[in-house]
Amino acid sequence: MYGSSMYISKDLVAASASPMVLGILADGDSYGYAILARVRELSGGHIEWTDGLLYPLLHRLEEQGLVEATWGAAENGRKRKYYRITPRGRDSLAEHRRQWRTVNDALQETWGTVKEAAAWAARPAEGMAT
Amino acid sequence: MKTSDAGFEAQIAQWREFILERRGVTAADADELESHLRDQAADLQASGLSPDEAFLVAVKRLGAQDEISREFARAHSGRLWKQLVLAGTEAPARASDGARAPRTELWWVLALAFFAAASFKAPALFGLALFDDPEFYARNASFFFLPALAAYFVWKRHASGRTIAALAVAFAAGAALVNAYPHGSSSQTMILSALHLPIALWLVVGIAYVGGEWRSHPRRMDFIRFTGEWVIYMSLIAAGGGVLAGITVGAFGLFGVDTGVFIAEWLLPCGAMGATIVAAWLVEAKQGIIENLAPVLTKIFTPLVALLLVALVITIPLTWTGEPMDRDALIVVDLLLALVLGLVLFAISARDASDAPGFFDRLQFVLLVAALVVDAFVLAGILGRIGEFGFTANRVAALGENLILLVNLAWAAWLALGFLRRRRTVGATERWQTTYVPVYLAWAVAVVALFPPLFSFA
Repeated sequence: MYGSSMYISKDLVAASASPMVLGILADGDSYGYAILARVRELSGGHIEWTDGLLYPLLHRLEEQGLVEATWGAAENGRKRKYYRITPRGRDSLAEHRRQWRTVNDALQETWGTVKEAAAWAARPAEGMAT
Repeated sequence: MKTSDAGFEAQIAQWREFILERRGVTAADADELESHLRDQAADLQASGLSPDEAFLVAVKRLGAQDEISREFARAHSGRLWKQLVLAGTEAPARASDGARAPRTELWWVLALAFFAAASFKAPALFGLALFDDPEFYARNASFFFLPALAAYFVWKRHASGRTIAALAVAFAAGAALVNAYPHGSSSQTMILSALHLPIALWLVVGIAYVGGEWRSHPRRMDFIRFTGEWVIYMSLIAAGGGVLAGITVGAFGLFGVDTGVFIAEWLLPCGAMGATIVAAWLVEAKQGIIENLAPVLTKIFTPLVALLLVALVITIPLTWTGEPMDRDALIVVDLLLALVLGLVLFAISARDASDAPGFFDRLQFVLLVAALVVDAFVLAGILGRIGEFGFTANRVAALGENLILLVNLAWAAWLALGFLRRRRTVGATERWQTTYVPVYLAWAVAVVALFPPLFSFA
Protein backbone atom coordinates (compact mmCIF):
# COMPACT_ATOMS: atom_id res chain seq x y z
CA MET A 1 0.00 0.00 0.00
CA TYR A 2 2.64 2.50 0.96
CA GLY A 3 4.79 2.39 -2.04
CA SER A 4 7.37 0.11 -3.39
CA SER A 5 10.66 -0.95 -1.99
CA MET A 6 12.76 -3.80 -3.13
CA TYR A 7 13.54 -4.64 0.46
CA ILE A 8 10.46 -4.49 2.62
CA SER A 9 7.05 -5.92 1.89
CA LYS A 10 4.17 -3.52 1.36
CA ASP A 11 2.25 -4.92 4.31
CA LEU A 12 5.11 -4.30 6.66
CA VAL A 13 5.62 -0.78 5.35
CA ALA A 14 1.91 -0.10 5.77
CA ALA A 15 1.83 -1.47 9.30
CA SER A 16 4.84 0.54 10.39
CA ALA A 17 3.82 3.79 8.71
CA SER A 18 1.70 5.26 11.50
CA PRO A 19 4.13 4.52 14.37
CA MET A 20 7.01 5.79 12.25
CA VAL A 21 5.29 9.10 11.51
CA LEU A 22 4.18 9.49 15.12
CA GLY A 23 7.69 8.69 16.28
CA ILE A 24 9.22 11.29 13.98
CA LEU A 25 6.71 13.91 15.10
CA ALA A 26 7.38 13.04 18.75
CA ASP A 27 10.90 14.36 18.11
CA GLY A 28 9.55 17.69 16.95
CA ASP A 29 7.04 19.35 14.61
CA SER A 30 7.59 18.68 10.96
CA TYR A 31 6.04 18.73 7.49
CA GLY A 32 5.49 16.10 4.86
CA TYR A 33 8.62 16.44 2.80
CA ALA A 34 10.86 16.54 5.88
CA ILE A 35 9.08 13.54 7.41
CA LEU A 36 9.79 11.51 4.27
CA ALA A 37 13.42 12.58 4.27
CA ARG A 38 13.67 11.52 7.90
CA VAL A 39 12.10 8.11 7.15
CA ARG A 40 14.67 7.55 4.42
CA GLU A 41 17.46 8.60 6.72
CA LEU A 42 16.29 6.46 9.67
CA SER A 43 15.90 3.35 7.53
CA GLY A 44 19.16 3.85 5.70
CA GLY A 45 17.22 4.30 2.50
CA HIS A 46 15.56 0.90 2.72
CA ILE A 47 12.07 2.13 3.43
CA GLU A 48 10.77 3.98 0.38
CA TRP A 49 7.27 5.31 0.55
CA THR A 50 5.28 6.55 -2.37
CA ASP A 51 5.58 10.18 -1.33
CA GLY A 52 2.01 11.19 -2.12
CA LEU A 53 0.55 8.55 0.15
CA LEU A 54 2.11 10.10 3.25
CA TYR A 55 -0.41 12.94 3.09
CA PRO A 56 -3.61 10.91 3.27
CA LEU A 57 -1.98 9.07 6.19
CA LEU A 58 -1.22 12.36 7.95
CA HIS A 59 -4.80 13.46 7.38
CA ARG A 60 -6.11 10.22 8.82
CA LEU A 61 -3.95 10.70 11.92
CA GLU A 62 -5.25 14.26 12.13
CA GLU A 63 -8.84 13.07 11.91
CA GLN A 64 -8.15 10.58 14.71
CA GLY A 65 -6.81 13.45 16.81
CA LEU A 66 -3.29 11.97 17.01
CA VAL A 67 -1.68 14.91 15.26
CA GLU A 68 -2.74 18.48 14.61
CA ALA A 69 -1.92 20.57 11.58
CA THR A 70 -1.29 24.26 11.05
CA TRP A 71 -0.47 26.19 7.92
CA GLY A 72 2.78 28.07 8.20
CA ALA A 73 5.27 29.66 5.85
CA ALA A 74 8.27 27.87 4.40
CA GLU A 75 11.68 29.53 4.06
CA ASN A 76 10.85 30.41 0.45
CA GLY A 77 7.67 32.19 1.54
CA ARG A 78 5.25 29.59 0.20
CA LYS A 79 2.74 28.12 2.59
CA ARG A 80 3.44 24.79 4.13
CA LYS A 81 1.44 22.53 6.40
CA TYR A 82 3.14 21.61 9.67
CA TYR A 83 2.13 18.70 11.85
CA ARG A 84 2.47 18.37 15.60
CA ILE A 85 1.82 15.29 17.73
CA THR A 86 -0.97 15.59 20.32
CA PRO A 87 -1.03 14.03 23.79
CA ARG A 88 -3.36 11.38 22.38
CA GLY A 89 -0.82 10.82 19.64
CA ARG A 90 1.86 10.21 22.24
CA ASP A 91 -0.41 7.68 23.97
CA SER A 92 -0.99 5.98 20.65
CA LEU A 93 2.75 5.96 19.95
CA ALA A 94 3.41 4.30 23.34
CA GLU A 95 0.81 1.67 22.52
CA HIS A 96 2.36 1.06 19.08
CA ARG A 97 5.77 0.75 20.67
CA ARG A 98 4.47 -1.82 23.18
CA GLN A 99 2.90 -3.87 20.40
CA TRP A 100 5.93 -3.74 18.14
CA ARG A 101 8.22 -4.71 21.00
CA THR A 102 6.01 -7.71 21.77
CA VAL A 103 6.02 -8.76 18.12
CA ASN A 104 9.75 -8.19 17.86
CA ASP A 105 10.48 -10.19 21.05
CA ALA A 106 8.30 -13.04 19.86
CA LEU A 107 10.04 -13.06 16.48
CA GLN A 108 13.44 -13.09 18.14
CA GLU A 109 12.38 -16.06 20.25
CA THR A 110 11.10 -17.91 17.19
CA TRP A 111 14.22 -17.31 15.19
CA GLY A 112 16.40 -18.37 18.13
CA THR A 113 14.91 -21.88 17.90
CA VAL A 114 15.27 -22.25 14.15
CA LYS A 115 18.20 -24.43 13.18
CA GLU A 116 19.21 -22.44 10.16
CA ALA A 117 19.24 -19.28 12.18
CA ALA A 118 22.97 -19.13 11.99
CA ALA A 119 22.92 -19.59 8.26
CA TRP A 120 20.34 -16.82 7.88
CA ALA A 121 22.23 -14.51 10.13
CA ALA A 122 25.32 -14.99 8.01
CA ARG A 123 23.49 -13.59 4.98
CA PRO A 124 23.52 -9.85 4.53
CA ALA A 125 20.27 -9.16 6.37
CA GLU A 126 19.54 -5.99 4.47
CA GLY A 127 16.16 -4.51 5.02
CA MET A 128 14.87 -7.09 7.47
CA ALA A 129 13.04 -5.33 10.26
CA THR A 130 15.27 -5.35 13.25
CA MET B 1 17.24 26.81 -4.38
CA LYS B 2 14.33 28.51 -5.98
CA THR B 3 12.83 27.10 -9.12
CA SER B 4 11.51 29.96 -11.14
CA ASP B 5 11.56 28.48 -14.61
CA ALA B 6 8.37 29.37 -16.49
CA GLY B 7 8.08 25.89 -17.98
CA PHE B 8 8.39 24.40 -14.53
CA GLU B 9 5.63 26.66 -13.20
CA ALA B 10 3.39 25.68 -16.10
CA GLN B 11 4.00 22.00 -15.38
CA ILE B 12 3.19 22.48 -11.71
CA ALA B 13 0.01 24.36 -12.59
CA GLN B 14 -1.08 21.62 -14.97
CA TRP B 15 -0.33 18.89 -12.46
CA ARG B 16 -2.33 20.79 -9.86
CA GLU B 17 -5.28 21.17 -12.21
CA PHE B 18 -5.33 17.42 -12.85
CA ILE B 19 -5.18 16.41 -9.20
CA LEU B 20 -7.94 18.88 -8.30
CA GLU B 21 -10.27 17.21 -10.76
CA ARG B 22 -10.09 14.02 -8.72
CA ARG B 23 -12.76 13.18 -6.25
CA GLY B 24 -11.77 13.60 -2.63
CA VAL B 25 -8.91 16.02 -3.26
CA THR B 26 -9.49 19.55 -1.98
CA ALA B 27 -7.61 22.74 -2.79
CA ALA B 28 -5.84 22.49 0.58
CA ASP B 29 -4.64 18.97 -0.26
CA ALA B 30 -3.37 20.22 -3.60
CA ASP B 31 -1.52 23.04 -1.80
CA GLU B 32 0.15 20.55 0.47
CA LEU B 33 1.13 18.22 -2.36
CA GLU B 34 2.33 21.13 -4.45
CA SER B 35 4.52 22.32 -1.59
CA HIS B 36 5.97 18.82 -1.44
CA LEU B 37 6.61 18.75 -5.18
CA ARG B 38 8.42 22.07 -5.02
CA ASP B 39 10.61 21.00 -2.09
CA GLN B 40 11.47 17.78 -3.84
CA ALA B 41 12.17 19.46 -7.17
CA ALA B 42 14.33 22.12 -5.49
CA ASP B 43 16.45 19.42 -3.82
CA LEU B 44 16.79 17.54 -7.08
CA GLN B 45 17.84 20.68 -8.92
CA ALA B 46 20.35 21.40 -6.19
CA SER B 47 21.88 18.03 -6.98
CA GLY B 48 22.26 18.95 -10.63
CA LEU B 49 19.02 18.07 -12.43
CA SER B 50 17.40 20.46 -14.87
CA PRO B 51 14.01 21.90 -13.82
CA ASP B 52 12.26 19.59 -16.30
CA GLU B 53 14.00 16.50 -15.02
CA ALA B 54 13.47 17.54 -11.41
CA PHE B 55 9.76 17.95 -12.04
CA LEU B 56 9.46 14.54 -13.66
CA VAL B 57 11.32 12.75 -10.88
CA ALA B 58 9.41 14.60 -8.17
CA VAL B 59 6.06 13.70 -9.75
CA LYS B 60 7.15 10.11 -10.19
CA ARG B 61 8.12 9.86 -6.52
CA LEU B 62 4.87 11.43 -5.44
CA GLY B 63 3.02 8.52 -7.03
CA ALA B 64 0.10 8.02 -9.36
CA GLN B 65 -2.64 10.61 -9.00
CA ASP B 66 -5.46 8.10 -8.87
CA GLU B 67 -3.74 6.20 -6.09
CA ILE B 68 -3.20 9.38 -4.07
CA SER B 69 -6.73 10.63 -4.59
CA ARG B 70 -8.12 7.22 -3.65
CA GLU B 71 -6.21 7.36 -0.38
CA PHE B 72 -7.40 10.90 0.25
CA ALA B 73 -10.95 9.76 -0.35
CA ARG B 74 -10.46 6.89 2.09
CA ALA B 75 -9.01 9.19 4.72
CA HIS B 76 -11.96 11.57 4.31
CA SER B 77 -14.83 9.36 3.25
CA GLY B 78 -17.26 12.14 4.08
CA ARG B 79 -15.81 14.31 1.35
CA LEU B 80 -17.32 12.23 -1.38
CA TRP B 81 -20.72 13.08 0.05
CA LYS B 82 -20.66 16.68 1.11
CA GLN B 83 -18.70 18.52 -1.49
CA LEU B 84 -21.22 21.30 -1.61
CA VAL B 85 -19.83 24.02 0.62
CA LEU B 86 -22.51 26.65 0.95
CA ALA B 87 -21.24 30.18 1.17
CA GLY B 88 -17.86 28.58 1.42
CA THR B 89 -14.72 29.10 -0.53
CA GLU B 90 -14.67 26.21 -2.92
CA ALA B 91 -17.78 26.47 -5.04
CA PRO B 92 -16.22 26.70 -8.48
CA ALA B 93 -17.28 29.97 -9.99
CA ARG B 94 -18.25 29.57 -13.60
CA ALA B 95 -16.94 32.19 -15.91
CA SER B 96 -20.44 33.31 -16.78
CA ASP B 97 -21.24 33.94 -13.14
CA GLY B 98 -18.87 36.85 -13.00
CA ALA B 99 -17.56 35.40 -9.72
CA ARG B 100 -19.74 36.94 -7.05
CA ALA B 101 -18.38 36.62 -3.55
CA PRO B 102 -20.16 33.72 -1.82
CA ARG B 103 -20.67 35.62 1.43
CA THR B 104 -22.34 38.55 -0.31
CA GLU B 105 -24.44 36.12 -2.28
CA LEU B 106 -25.78 34.54 0.90
CA TRP B 107 -26.98 37.95 2.11
CA TRP B 108 -28.61 38.66 -1.23
CA VAL B 109 -30.37 35.31 -1.16
CA LEU B 110 -31.64 35.84 2.38
CA ALA B 111 -32.78 39.38 1.60
CA LEU B 112 -34.61 38.31 -1.56
CA ALA B 113 -36.17 35.30 0.16
CA PHE B 114 -37.41 37.63 2.88
CA PHE B 115 -38.66 40.05 0.25
CA ALA B 116 -40.57 37.25 -1.50
CA ALA B 117 -42.10 36.10 1.80
CA ALA B 118 -42.99 39.67 2.75
CA SER B 119 -44.55 40.43 -0.63
CA PHE B 120 -46.97 37.58 -0.03
CA LYS B 121 -48.15 39.27 3.16
CA ALA B 122 -48.13 42.78 1.70
CA PRO B 123 -51.70 42.70 0.28
CA ALA B 124 -52.95 41.81 3.77
CA LEU B 125 -51.63 45.17 4.96
CA PHE B 126 -54.22 46.75 2.66
CA GLY B 127 -56.97 44.57 4.01
CA LEU B 128 -56.77 41.85 1.38
CA ALA B 129 -56.04 38.67 3.33
CA LEU B 130 -55.60 35.27 1.69
CA PHE B 131 -58.99 33.94 2.66
CA ASP B 132 -60.87 37.15 1.83
CA ASP B 133 -60.02 36.99 -1.85
CA PRO B 134 -58.33 33.74 -2.88
CA GLU B 135 -58.82 34.64 -6.55
CA PHE B 136 -56.67 37.71 -6.17
CA TYR B 137 -53.91 35.54 -4.74
CA ALA B 138 -54.35 32.91 -7.46
CA ARG B 139 -54.13 35.53 -10.24
CA ASN B 140 -51.11 37.19 -8.70
CA ALA B 141 -49.24 34.15 -7.41
CA SER B 142 -46.41 34.81 -9.86
CA PHE B 143 -45.73 38.24 -8.44
CA PHE B 144 -44.94 36.99 -4.97
CA PHE B 145 -41.76 35.18 -5.97
CA LEU B 146 -40.86 35.61 -9.64
CA PRO B 147 -39.75 39.26 -9.34
CA ALA B 148 -37.42 38.30 -6.49
CA LEU B 149 -36.13 35.37 -8.53
CA ALA B 150 -35.55 37.62 -11.52
CA ALA B 151 -33.78 40.13 -9.25
CA TYR B 152 -31.50 37.37 -7.99
CA PHE B 153 -30.39 36.51 -11.51
CA VAL B 154 -30.15 40.15 -12.54
CA TRP B 155 -27.70 40.59 -9.67
CA LYS B 156 -25.92 37.30 -10.20
CA ARG B 157 -25.41 37.72 -13.93
CA HIS B 158 -24.71 41.47 -13.91
CA ALA B 159 -27.64 41.91 -16.28
CA SER B 160 -27.57 44.92 -18.57
CA GLY B 161 -29.89 47.89 -18.24
CA ARG B 162 -31.78 46.74 -21.32
CA THR B 163 -32.42 43.32 -19.81
CA ILE B 164 -33.63 44.88 -16.57
CA ALA B 165 -35.95 47.19 -18.48
CA ALA B 166 -37.34 44.29 -20.52
CA LEU B 167 -37.99 42.29 -17.35
CA ALA B 168 -39.70 45.22 -15.67
CA VAL B 169 -41.92 45.82 -18.69
CA ALA B 170 -42.86 42.13 -18.89
CA PHE B 171 -43.77 41.93 -15.21
CA ALA B 172 -45.72 45.18 -15.31
CA ALA B 173 -47.61 44.09 -18.42
CA GLY B 174 -48.44 40.75 -16.81
CA ALA B 175 -49.69 42.41 -13.65
CA ALA B 176 -51.76 44.91 -15.61
CA LEU B 177 -53.36 42.28 -17.85
CA VAL B 178 -54.29 39.84 -15.17
CA ASN B 179 -55.70 42.45 -12.79
CA ALA B 180 -57.29 44.94 -15.17
CA TYR B 181 -59.39 42.46 -17.15
CA PRO B 182 -62.92 42.24 -15.76
CA HIS B 183 -62.76 38.49 -15.17
CA GLY B 184 -65.98 36.92 -13.97
CA SER B 185 -65.69 35.31 -10.58
CA SER B 186 -64.31 31.75 -10.90
CA SER B 187 -64.52 32.18 -14.67
CA GLN B 188 -62.60 29.84 -16.95
CA THR B 189 -60.56 32.70 -18.36
CA MET B 190 -59.53 33.78 -14.85
CA ILE B 191 -58.40 30.27 -13.94
CA LEU B 192 -56.59 29.87 -17.26
CA SER B 193 -54.83 33.19 -16.70
CA ALA B 194 -53.82 32.15 -13.21
CA LEU B 195 -52.36 28.93 -14.66
CA HIS B 196 -50.60 30.43 -17.67
CA LEU B 197 -49.20 33.67 -16.29
CA PRO B 198 -46.66 31.81 -14.10
CA ILE B 199 -45.51 29.85 -17.17
CA ALA B 200 -45.07 33.04 -19.19
CA LEU B 201 -43.28 34.85 -16.38
CA TRP B 202 -41.13 31.84 -15.56
CA LEU B 203 -39.81 32.03 -19.12
CA VAL B 204 -39.31 35.76 -18.61
CA VAL B 205 -37.23 34.92 -15.53
CA GLY B 206 -35.30 32.71 -17.95
CA ILE B 207 -34.18 35.87 -19.72
CA ALA B 208 -32.66 37.03 -16.44
CA TYR B 209 -31.23 33.56 -15.86
CA VAL B 210 -29.34 33.62 -19.16
CA GLY B 211 -28.18 37.16 -18.44
CA GLY B 212 -30.03 38.56 -21.41
CA GLU B 213 -28.50 36.09 -23.87
CA TRP B 214 -31.87 34.60 -24.71
CA ARG B 215 -30.87 34.04 -28.33
CA SER B 216 -28.17 31.59 -27.29
CA HIS B 217 -29.39 28.00 -27.58
CA PRO B 218 -26.86 26.53 -25.12
CA ARG B 219 -27.95 29.10 -22.54
CA ARG B 220 -31.59 28.19 -23.14
CA MET B 221 -30.64 24.58 -22.46
CA ASP B 222 -29.01 25.73 -19.23
CA PHE B 223 -32.28 27.31 -18.23
CA ILE B 224 -34.13 24.06 -18.97
CA ARG B 225 -31.65 22.23 -16.76
CA PHE B 226 -32.08 24.86 -14.09
CA THR B 227 -35.85 24.47 -14.25
CA GLY B 228 -35.65 20.72 -13.68
CA GLU B 229 -33.30 21.02 -10.74
CA TRP B 230 -35.28 23.89 -9.25
CA VAL B 231 -38.48 21.86 -9.31
CA ILE B 232 -36.71 18.98 -7.56
CA TYR B 233 -35.23 21.24 -4.90
CA MET B 234 -38.61 22.87 -4.36
CA SER B 235 -40.25 19.51 -3.78
CA LEU B 236 -37.51 18.50 -1.34
CA ILE B 237 -37.91 21.75 0.57
CA ALA B 238 -41.69 21.33 0.48
CA ALA B 239 -41.37 17.86 1.98
CA GLY B 240 -39.16 19.27 4.73
CA GLY B 241 -41.56 22.16 5.27
CA GLY B 242 -44.45 19.72 5.63
CA VAL B 243 -42.60 17.84 8.35
CA LEU B 244 -41.74 21.12 10.08
CA ALA B 245 -45.39 22.25 9.97
CA GLY B 246 -46.60 18.90 11.33
CA ILE B 247 -44.15 18.95 14.20
CA THR B 248 -45.00 22.58 14.99
CA VAL B 249 -48.69 21.75 15.25
CA GLY B 250 -47.96 18.69 17.38
CA ALA B 251 -45.46 20.31 19.71
CA PHE B 252 -47.52 23.44 20.41
CA GLY B 253 -50.63 21.27 20.64
CA LEU B 254 -49.05 19.57 23.64
CA PHE B 255 -49.31 22.86 25.48
CA GLY B 256 -52.74 23.74 24.24
CA VAL B 257 -51.61 26.31 21.65
CA ASP B 258 -53.37 26.10 18.30
CA THR B 259 -50.87 26.96 15.56
CA GLY B 260 -53.15 26.10 12.62
CA VAL B 261 -53.77 29.69 11.54
CA PHE B 262 -50.13 30.66 11.94
CA ILE B 263 -49.10 27.75 9.76
CA ALA B 264 -51.73 28.28 7.09
CA GLU B 265 -51.30 32.05 6.84
CA TRP B 266 -47.64 32.55 7.65
CA LEU B 267 -45.39 29.52 7.82
CA LEU B 268 -46.49 27.68 4.66
CA PRO B 269 -47.04 30.59 2.24
CA CYS B 270 -44.09 32.68 3.40
CA GLY B 271 -41.92 29.60 3.63
CA ALA B 272 -42.89 28.57 0.10
CA MET B 273 -42.13 32.02 -1.32
CA GLY B 274 -38.76 32.18 0.43
CA ALA B 275 -38.00 28.63 -0.65
CA THR B 276 -38.28 29.57 -4.33
CA ILE B 277 -35.22 31.82 -3.97
CA VAL B 278 -33.31 29.43 -1.75
CA ALA B 279 -33.95 26.59 -4.21
CA ALA B 280 -32.61 28.72 -7.08
CA TRP B 281 -29.54 29.55 -5.04
CA LEU B 282 -28.95 25.87 -4.21
CA VAL B 283 -29.21 24.90 -7.86
CA GLU B 284 -26.71 27.62 -8.74
CA ALA B 285 -24.33 26.64 -5.95
CA LYS B 286 -24.33 22.94 -6.67
CA GLN B 287 -24.21 22.98 -10.44
CA GLY B 288 -21.04 21.30 -11.52
CA ILE B 289 -20.39 19.89 -8.06
CA ILE B 290 -23.13 17.36 -7.66
CA GLU B 291 -24.66 15.27 -10.37
CA ASN B 292 -27.90 16.82 -11.52
CA LEU B 293 -30.95 15.01 -10.30
CA ALA B 294 -33.44 15.59 -13.11
CA PRO B 295 -31.50 13.42 -15.60
CA VAL B 296 -31.20 10.70 -12.97
CA LEU B 297 -34.96 10.68 -12.42
CA THR B 298 -35.38 10.71 -16.19
CA LYS B 299 -33.26 7.59 -16.50
CA ILE B 300 -35.41 5.87 -13.90
CA PHE B 301 -38.78 6.91 -15.28
CA THR B 302 -38.23 6.75 -19.04
CA PRO B 303 -38.41 2.93 -19.13
CA LEU B 304 -41.40 2.92 -16.79
CA VAL B 305 -43.34 5.52 -18.76
CA ALA B 306 -42.42 3.78 -22.02
CA LEU B 307 -43.81 0.55 -20.58
CA LEU B 308 -46.98 2.31 -19.45
CA LEU B 309 -47.51 3.89 -22.85
CA VAL B 310 -46.89 0.68 -24.77
CA ALA B 311 -49.38 -1.08 -22.50
CA LEU B 312 -51.83 1.74 -23.18
CA VAL B 313 -51.35 1.47 -26.94
CA ILE B 314 -52.04 -2.26 -26.73
CA THR B 315 -55.12 -1.68 -24.56
CA ILE B 316 -56.75 0.96 -26.75
CA PRO B 317 -57.68 -1.26 -29.76
CA LEU B 318 -59.04 -3.87 -27.34
CA THR B 319 -61.41 -1.42 -25.69
CA TRP B 320 -61.99 0.99 -28.57
CA THR B 321 -65.68 1.40 -29.26
CA GLY B 322 -65.57 4.50 -31.38
CA GLU B 323 -67.73 6.17 -28.75
CA PRO B 324 -66.84 9.82 -28.19
CA MET B 325 -64.56 10.24 -25.23
CA ASP B 326 -65.00 12.23 -22.09
CA ARG B 327 -63.95 15.88 -22.30
CA ASP B 328 -61.38 15.46 -19.56
CA ALA B 329 -59.53 12.97 -21.74
CA LEU B 330 -57.83 15.86 -23.50
CA ILE B 331 -56.44 17.24 -20.25
CA VAL B 332 -55.20 13.81 -19.20
CA VAL B 333 -53.44 13.28 -22.52
CA ASP B 334 -51.99 16.82 -22.36
CA LEU B 335 -50.42 15.99 -19.04
CA LEU B 336 -49.14 12.74 -20.48
CA LEU B 337 -47.52 14.53 -23.40
CA ALA B 338 -46.04 17.13 -21.07
CA LEU B 339 -44.53 14.31 -19.03
CA VAL B 340 -43.04 12.74 -22.16
CA LEU B 341 -41.69 16.12 -23.20
CA GLY B 342 -40.08 16.49 -19.77
CA LEU B 343 -38.45 13.07 -20.10
CA VAL B 344 -37.12 13.97 -23.56
CA LEU B 345 -35.83 17.34 -22.37
CA PHE B 346 -33.98 16.09 -19.33
CA ALA B 347 -32.59 13.11 -21.16
CA ILE B 348 -30.95 15.35 -23.76
CA SER B 349 -29.96 17.90 -21.12
CA ALA B 350 -27.47 15.42 -19.67
CA ARG B 351 -26.51 13.61 -22.84
CA ASP B 352 -23.03 13.64 -24.20
CA ALA B 353 -23.43 14.67 -27.82
CA SER B 354 -20.57 12.45 -28.94
CA ASP B 355 -22.11 9.18 -27.72
CA ALA B 356 -23.46 6.80 -30.33
CA PRO B 357 -27.15 5.88 -30.18
CA GLY B 358 -27.75 3.28 -27.47
CA PHE B 359 -30.50 1.34 -25.79
CA PHE B 360 -31.79 4.41 -23.99
CA ASP B 361 -32.20 6.31 -27.25
CA ARG B 362 -34.25 3.47 -28.72
CA LEU B 363 -36.35 3.43 -25.58
CA GLN B 364 -36.94 7.13 -25.94
CA PHE B 365 -38.04 6.67 -29.53
CA VAL B 366 -40.52 4.01 -28.42
CA LEU B 367 -41.74 6.40 -25.75
CA LEU B 368 -42.29 9.18 -28.30
CA VAL B 369 -44.08 6.99 -30.84
CA ALA B 370 -46.33 5.44 -28.19
CA ALA B 371 -47.23 8.89 -26.85
CA LEU B 372 -48.10 10.08 -30.36
CA VAL B 373 -50.29 7.02 -30.99
CA VAL B 374 -52.17 7.56 -27.72
CA ASP B 375 -52.64 11.21 -28.58
CA ALA B 376 -53.96 10.33 -32.03
CA PHE B 377 -56.61 8.06 -30.51
CA VAL B 378 -57.67 10.64 -27.96
CA LEU B 379 -57.86 13.39 -30.57
CA ALA B 380 -59.95 11.10 -32.79
CA GLY B 381 -62.20 10.40 -29.84
CA ILE B 382 -62.75 13.98 -28.90
CA LEU B 383 -62.60 16.11 -32.02
CA GLY B 384 -66.04 15.07 -33.14
CA ARG B 385 -67.50 16.33 -29.92
CA ILE B 386 -65.71 19.64 -29.69
CA GLY B 387 -68.07 21.26 -32.16
CA GLU B 388 -71.03 19.72 -30.43
CA PHE B 389 -70.04 21.19 -27.04
CA GLY B 390 -68.94 24.52 -28.45
CA PHE B 391 -65.59 26.18 -28.07
CA THR B 392 -65.18 27.28 -24.48
CA ALA B 393 -61.95 28.82 -23.24
CA ASN B 394 -60.97 25.64 -21.41
CA ARG B 395 -61.45 23.43 -24.45
CA VAL B 396 -59.57 25.68 -26.80
CA ALA B 397 -56.74 25.94 -24.28
CA ALA B 398 -56.57 22.17 -23.86
CA LEU B 399 -56.69 21.66 -27.63
CA GLY B 400 -54.07 24.32 -28.27
CA GLU B 401 -51.73 22.81 -25.72
CA ASN B 402 -52.25 19.41 -27.27
CA LEU B 403 -51.36 20.79 -30.66
CA ILE B 404 -48.21 22.47 -29.34
CA LEU B 405 -47.01 19.33 -27.62
CA LEU B 406 -48.00 17.15 -30.58
CA VAL B 407 -45.97 19.21 -33.03
CA ASN B 408 -43.01 19.22 -30.68
CA LEU B 409 -43.06 15.49 -30.01
CA ALA B 410 -43.80 14.49 -33.60
CA TRP B 411 -40.77 16.39 -34.85
CA ALA B 412 -38.73 15.14 -31.87
CA ALA B 413 -39.67 11.57 -32.84
CA TRP B 414 -38.61 12.25 -36.43
CA LEU B 415 -35.27 13.64 -35.23
CA ALA B 416 -34.84 10.70 -32.85
CA LEU B 417 -35.39 8.30 -35.74
CA GLY B 418 -32.77 10.16 -37.75
CA PHE B 419 -30.41 9.89 -34.82
CA LEU B 420 -31.00 6.15 -34.42
CA ARG B 421 -30.28 5.70 -38.12
CA ARG B 422 -27.17 7.83 -37.65
CA ARG B 423 -28.36 10.44 -40.11
CA ARG B 424 -28.52 13.13 -37.43
CA THR B 425 -26.74 14.03 -34.22
CA VAL B 426 -28.37 14.39 -30.84
CA GLY B 427 -27.54 18.07 -31.20
CA ALA B 428 -30.40 18.39 -33.68
CA THR B 429 -32.87 17.24 -31.02
CA GLU B 430 -31.43 19.65 -28.49
CA ARG B 431 -31.58 22.48 -30.99
CA TRP B 432 -35.20 21.69 -31.81
CA GLN B 433 -36.17 21.79 -28.15
CA THR B 434 -34.39 25.05 -27.43
CA THR B 435 -35.83 26.57 -30.61
CA TYR B 436 -39.29 25.61 -29.43
CA VAL B 437 -39.12 27.39 -26.06
CA PRO B 438 -40.50 30.71 -27.37
CA VAL B 439 -43.60 28.83 -28.59
CA TYR B 440 -44.52 28.08 -24.97
CA LEU B 441 -44.03 31.72 -24.10
CA ALA B 442 -46.15 32.89 -27.02
CA TRP B 443 -48.93 30.47 -26.17
CA ALA B 444 -48.95 31.35 -22.46
CA VAL B 445 -49.04 35.05 -23.33
CA ALA B 446 -51.87 34.42 -25.77
CA VAL B 447 -53.91 32.61 -23.14
CA VAL B 448 -53.38 35.40 -20.62
CA ALA B 449 -53.77 38.33 -22.99
CA LEU B 450 -56.12 37.18 -25.77
CA PHE B 451 -58.35 34.50 -24.32
CA PRO B 452 -60.24 36.67 -21.83
CA PRO B 453 -61.53 39.16 -24.42
CA LEU B 454 -62.06 36.39 -27.02
CA PHE B 455 -64.24 34.43 -24.64
CA SER B 456 -65.84 37.52 -23.10
CA PHE B 457 -64.26 36.91 -19.69
CA ALA B 458 -66.41 33.86 -19.13
